[in-house]
Amino acid sequence: MLPIDPTKKISFTRHICDGDLVIVYERHDNMKAIKVCQGSVLQNRFGVFKHSDWIGKPFGSKVFSNKNGFVYLLAPTPELWTLVLSHRTQILYIADISFVIMYLEIVPGCMVLESGTGSGSLTTSLARAVAPTGHVHTFDFHEQRAASAREDFEKTGLSSLVTVGVRDIQGEGFPDEFSGLADSVFLDLPQPWLAIPSAGKMLKPDGVLCSFSPCIEQVQRACDSLRSNFTDLKTFEILLRTYEVREVKMDYSQGDETKPGSILPCKRPQRAIEGSNDQDKLSSQTVMARPCSEAKGHTGYLTFARLKCLS
Amino acid sequence: MSQNNSQSDSIQNPRVTWEGCSVLLDINDGDRLVFARLSAGSTLKIGNKTYSLQPLIGCPFGSLFQVENGDQGHCLARFVPTVEGNNIQEKGDFESQDEIKDNRALVDNNKAQSLTGEEINAMRSQGATGDEIVEALIANSATFEKKTSFSQEKYRLKKQKKYAPKVLLRRPFARSICEAYFKKYPARIGCAQLFQSCYLAMDAVMSRNFTCSQFLRVDALSLLLSMANVTANSDVLVVDMVGGLLTGAVAERLGGTGYVCSTYLGSTPYSIDIVRIFNLSNEICKRIVRSPLTDLSLSQNGTSEQIHQQGDDINMECLSNNQISSSVGTEEITPTENEKSDLISETTVSPVNKTGKSTKAGNKASKQAIDLWKENGFSSLIIAAPELDLWNLLKDLLPLLANSAPFAIYHQYLQPLATCMHNLQLGKMAIGLQISEPWLREYQVLPSRTHPCMQMSAFGGYILSGIKICSSS
Repeated sequence: MLPIDPTKKISFTRHICDGDLVIVYERHDNMKAIKVCQGSVLQNRFGVFKHSDWIGKPFGSKVFSNKNGFVYLLAPTPELWTLVLSHRTQILYIADISFVIMYLEIVPGCMVLESGTGSGSLTTSLARAVAPTGHVHTFDFHEQRAASAREDFEKTGLSSLVTVGVRDIQGEGFPDEFSGLADSVFLDLPQPWLAIPSAGKMLKPDGVLCSFSPCIEQVQRACDSLRSNFTDLKTFEILLRTYEVREVKMDYSQGDETKPGSILPCKRPQRAIEGSNDQDKLSSQTVMARPCSEAKGHTGYLTFARLKCLS
Repeated sequence: MSQNNSQSDSIQNPRVTWEGCSVLLDINDGDRLVFARLSAGSTLKIGNKTYSLQPLIGCPFGSLFQVENGDQGHCLARFVPTVEGNNIQEKGDFESQDEIKDNRALVDNNKAQSLTGEEINAMRSQGATGDEIVEALIANSATFEKKTSFSQEKYRLKKQKKYAPKVLLRRPFARSICEAYFKKYPARIGCAQLFQSCYLAMDAVMSRNFTCSQFLRVDALSLLLSMANVTANSDVLVVDMVGGLLTGAVAERLGGTGYVCSTYLGSTPYSIDIVRIFNLSNEICKRIVRSPLTDLSLSQNGTSEQIHQQGDDINMECLSNNQISSSVGTEEITPTENEKSDLISETTVSPVNKTGKSTKAGNKASKQAIDLWKENGFSSLIIAAPELDLWNLLKDLLPLLANSAPFAIYHQYLQPLATCMHNLQLGKMAIGLQISEPWLREYQVLPSRTHPCMQMSAFGGYILSGIKICSSS
C-alpha cells in the first residue's frame, strides 16, 4: 500500500502481479479488496472475472468479465482501505482521520501510541504518516480483534510500521517501556479519562494527545482530567458535506408543452459538445452542483491537548 | 526529553529552539500569533513595550514566557506552571455547588474599580509584577465578590492578559502555520495576488473586503494531504498558488524522501515564501523542487511539433492570466524586497537577518528527476490554484500522473470544480470523483459551560478528489 518498497510504487511501468492487493472498484460506493491469485476468480453481479486476466495489466485498468461486465482495478491507499475494510467496530472516516493526523503533528519518524485498534482504519493512516522510520504501537483489549488487525496490516504491507498489542489501556495504561518516548497519543476508548494519566507519562513534553468520543459527557470528563497535566485543550467536530454534480437542461421556452422553468436532470452525463448545436435554442445544458441530501451528521468529538512543558 | 532534544535526528522538527530557527509565538492564548526567527537581535512588541527574544533561544517548544521586571528593565522570562494548576481546585469545586449569585446588583457606573491608572503605574515603577497588579485590581474591585465564580474567572483572565501577558513558544508545523495564516490573513492562502501585495495594502484590503473571506482552512489542507496519499517516498506534483503553504505541508510529510515538485505556467515560479517558516531540515528542503509545466510535459510520446504547440498554448494561457490578475488586483502594490521578507517575519518582529547556511528550498528540478517522472509518472497531484483555469490546467497535468494515482484539487468556489468533475466523467479520465466541503466546529468545554463556540469559520474551501484511470485507448 505504501511505497516503502520502491519496486511496488505505482508508476507507468508498474503492473499488477500475482499476490498484489488490488481494490476492485464497481462504483464509488461499492469496492472490495482482493489479493490477486493466479488461479482465482471474482464473481459478482457483472459476471466472472479471472484474476489471470488482471496480471500484467497496469493499476487503474478497466477489466472485463465473461459477460462483458467491467470493474476497475486500483492500487490500494489508506483512503480506499477505509472504504473496504471489514468493520469489526465502528471506524473513523477520512475527515476525522486527516484532521487527527494533522493536529497530532505526525510526520515521518514519529512514534505514535493508539488505543483501541478497532478495525485499524485510523491505524493505516497513522502508519502512512510515520513511514518510513517511525512506528505505531496500537493496543486493543480484544484478543481476536487484535489478531484480525494484525492480519490486515500483513495484507496491506504495513507490518513493519505497526505493532499490535493486546492490552487493556484503560485498566493498565500503556506499557512503561514507552514512557517519555511518544510524539503523539490517540485514544478511542469509552472512558478516556482512565487512560489520560498514562498517556501523559508516555508523551514527550509538548507532545499532542487526541481523544475521540461520540458523546459529549465523555468529552466533559476527559477534559476535566486533561486540565492537570495538559494545556491547549481544544475540542472539535468535523463533518464532510459532499456535492452531486449534474448536467441539467434549462428550459427557457414559454410554451405549454413543457413545464415552464423546470429543471430536467439528465440521468447520464451526455456528450454536450457533439450534437447539441442544432438543439432548440430554448434550452441549454448547464453543469450544476448541490449538496447530497444525505450525510453523516455526527461521528465523534475530537479533543486535542498538549502535554505541559515543565522542565 | 533528554534523548529527543539532540539535533541528531535531523529529519524531524526538533523540540528545542536554536539560534536562527523559525518559531510561532502565541500571545495570550491565541489572541495574537506572530511568526519570528530567533536571534540575539530579534524583538517582539507587546502593548507599547519591546522585548528581546534572546531568552527564547535554547528553550523547549511549548515553554511559556511571561513579562518580568529584571535588572535591565522588562524582559521575557520562562514561566514554569505547577503540575496542579492553581485554579484547578476551585474549578472542581464550583462545578458541584449551585451558584446563588447573579448579576442583579451589578450596575455599570464605572465606579467599581477604585484603583486609578496613576496608582497602577506607580505600582509598576516600584517593580510590582503583573500578577501582583492583577491581585490588587481584584482586591480593589467593589463588585468582584458579587460576581459568579464563572465571571470572576473571566475577570481575572482579562486582567491577566493585559497586565501579565504570556507568550507561548510553538513549533511551526503545517498545522500551526495554516491556522495562523487563516486566522490573520485568510486571503493570503487563498489568493496569490493578494499575497503579493505589500503589508499595509494587505491590511487595508482585508479590513475593507476580506474580513469575512475564509479560505484554505487547516481541515481542508489536511484533507488534501490525505486524499493525495502523501507519504514518504512519493513524488507529489503540486500547483501551489497559496504562497508555499501547500508545498511546505507536503514536504513535511515526505520527511526528506521522494519529491514535491511545484510546477507553474509561464516562466516565473509562484512564490513559496511560506516554506521558510517551516523549520525544514536541509534534507527536506532538497526535496522541494520547482519546474515549469512545459519542462514536465514534453510529452512521453508526442512529436516535437506537438510539444511546441503545447508550450505555446500554455504561454498564451499564462498571458491571459496575467491580464486577469492585473485587472483584479487594482489594490496591488508591488512590494520591494524588504517588504516581501516582512510579510514572512511579521512586522512586529524586527527584520530577519538571513543566515544563508540553510539549503534553499525550491531549486529547479534536475534533468534526472524530470526524466524519472516522465518514465514513471507522479504518485499524486494536489492543485491549489484559485486563479488558473482549472480544467485546462488539469488536462495538462493528469497525463503526468501514474495510473491509479489519486489527486485532490482545492478551490474556494464550487463551480470550477463542478465543471472539472463533469468533464472528467465525460472523458472517462478518473473515477471515485467527489466534491467535498469540510465543516469544522470548535467547542468550549468547561465545567457546566460546554457549548459550541459562538464564532466559527463557516467556510474552509471545496475539494475535488479522484483517482486517475488508464485511458481506454
